[in-house]
Amino acid sequence: MSVSTAASTHLLRGPAFRRLATTELRLYLRERVGPVWGLGFPMILLIIFGSIPSFNRPNRDFGGLTELDVYVPVLIAFVTAMLALVALPMALTGYRERGVLRRLRTTPVGPGRVLAAQLVVNLAALVVTIVLLLAVARLGYGVRLPRQFAGFVVAALFGAAALLAIGLFVAAVAPSIRAAQAIGTILFFPMMFFAGLWLPIAQMPPVLRHLSHAAPLGATVQALQDSAQGYWPHPLQLVTMAAYAVVFGLVAMRLFRWE
Amino acid sequence: MPPVIEIQHLHKSYGKTVAVDDVSLTVEEGEIFGILGPNGAGKTTTVECVAGLRTPDRGRIRVLGLDPDRDRAELTQRLGIQLQDSQLPGRLRVAEALELYSSFYRTPADWRSLMNMLGLAGKSGTRFDQLSGGQKQRLSIALALVGSPQVAVLDELTTGLDPQARRDTWELIREVRSHGVTIVLVTHFMEEAERLCDRVALIDSGRVVVVDTPAGLTERVEVEQRIQFRPSVPLDDRLLTSLPDVTGVTRQGDVVVVTGGANALNAVTSVLARNQIVAKQLRVEQASLEDAFVALTGRPTDQD
Repeated sequence: MSVSTAASTHLLRGPAFRRLATTELRLYLRERVGPVWGLGFPMILLIIFGSIPSFNRPNRDFGGLTELDVYVPVLIAFVTAMLALVALPMALTGYRERGVLRRLRTTPVGPGRVLAAQLVVNLAALVVTIVLLLAVARLGYGVRLPRQFAGFVVAALFGAAALLAIGLFVAAVAPSIRAAQAIGTILFFPMMFFAGLWLPIAQMPPVLRHLSHAAPLGATVQALQDSAQGYWPHPLQLVTMAAYAVVFGLVAMRLFRWE
Repeated sequence: MPPVIEIQHLHKSYGKTVAVDDVSLTVEEGEIFGILGPNGAGKTTTVECVAGLRTPDRGRIRVLGLDPDRDRAELTQRLGIQLQDSQLPGRLRVAEALELYSSFYRTPADWRSLMNMLGLAGKSGTRFDQLSGGQKQRLSIALALVGSPQVAVLDELTTGLDPQARRDTWELIREVRSHGVTIVLVTHFMEEAERLCDRVALIDSGRVVVVDTPAGLTERVEVEQRIQFRPSVPLDDRLLTSLPDVTGVTRQGDVVVVTGGANALNAVTSVLARNQIVAKQLRVEQASLEDAFVALTGRPTDQD
């Protein structure tokens, strides 16, 4: 019987998971938090920054780059943080609070797959947003596409993995959807500070710059900026992001409760 | 034919709180089995252990020959459960939910006909959070049945439903049973158990008090009858108090209320007939499952 069970759940895996992922995508679009904050807001920021003439001129403070060159990776970090720290934990704690996960535990599919579907949807949303941001920056404001493209993809994926792991951790420890929202928002601002949203990392005093190197989004932004300029991301940045992904991912897996 | 569900000496505590002390019972194929008891009696924990949602501290459970803890993957294919306080994502639509859940199972039921059967066809495009309580409940039942389970566990099936919706739901459960599905019904509504169940287990403080048919349960308890009527002419109470089966006579305005044993009604009507008194607006209240419950557990049930 165990053999037939294994075989049947294996067969089920495909269609059930696709259906689940499609459903989660629909809900993600209907929920609006993701589309508005994860796509609309960074896009508006890009358009505002792009419309400021001085942002499009090479700037000696940035080693001859334009301010926009520096800000596009920061906006990508912004999207990553919005989806991973706010949208994902709120969706998952909401599901736990409403008993959605408990209900799924009684089905052959199990709640683990809903978690996986959520990760897939957020990752897909992230990819779409990054592509759109790069396209608008390129076509609208002449920002060059990343010159070390493979390095850029790797940096974005590592950054997403680190942030999603932290988001899962928030979902694991937050007792309610309100708590998840509060924790996510509280984490969001310092993380965005170290990502250089208000003060570009290159202009930070040494202490803050060192902290920024060790911060998940700081490492992400630096890796993205390096690859945008044609350099492979520094291994230390990749290791930093991977470490966040592994540590927070494992702790989240240990602490996560379905009910 | 082995029983569909077999529970032996189930025990489950949460910290120092004993939820289920010692529960043993068997559910046979094709019956509607009621688990009846007050809130906090351990009903929900018992069925959660049956569904494999919780691991018992002690005892043995077999459902369709499966160990709910070890064989959960297979059990979830064959046992459908409707849980208390379990909702769906607010923006998920009725048809989407049914289609999604039906994709989880090896041999799903036709979710469209299930939707029709539960009277949800007109709501197929409605978001979950815009459904009424009764509609949510019916959707929840549909989701418990969408995998064509052999056993369906329904926890507080009709709580929060209006009387008409409750009756419709009962009809539906009978219909489901007629297709050969074994049903376990967790409830604290006496009427529901009385109308629907083939057998009932009375659970109190984590223990099974008794298992019997609803009729058998009421017969177990000697409960007084209450006879009330408005006599056509003034009546001397002594006519009634002298009867051996009558234990008390009181008056509420011009209504006479007589209490007594099983033969009291016969005795009272023949005395009235002999004296040519007509009993207007005659009402007789007999022992109900509710009375049986009180008698067997020594306390009243919680009523919603």
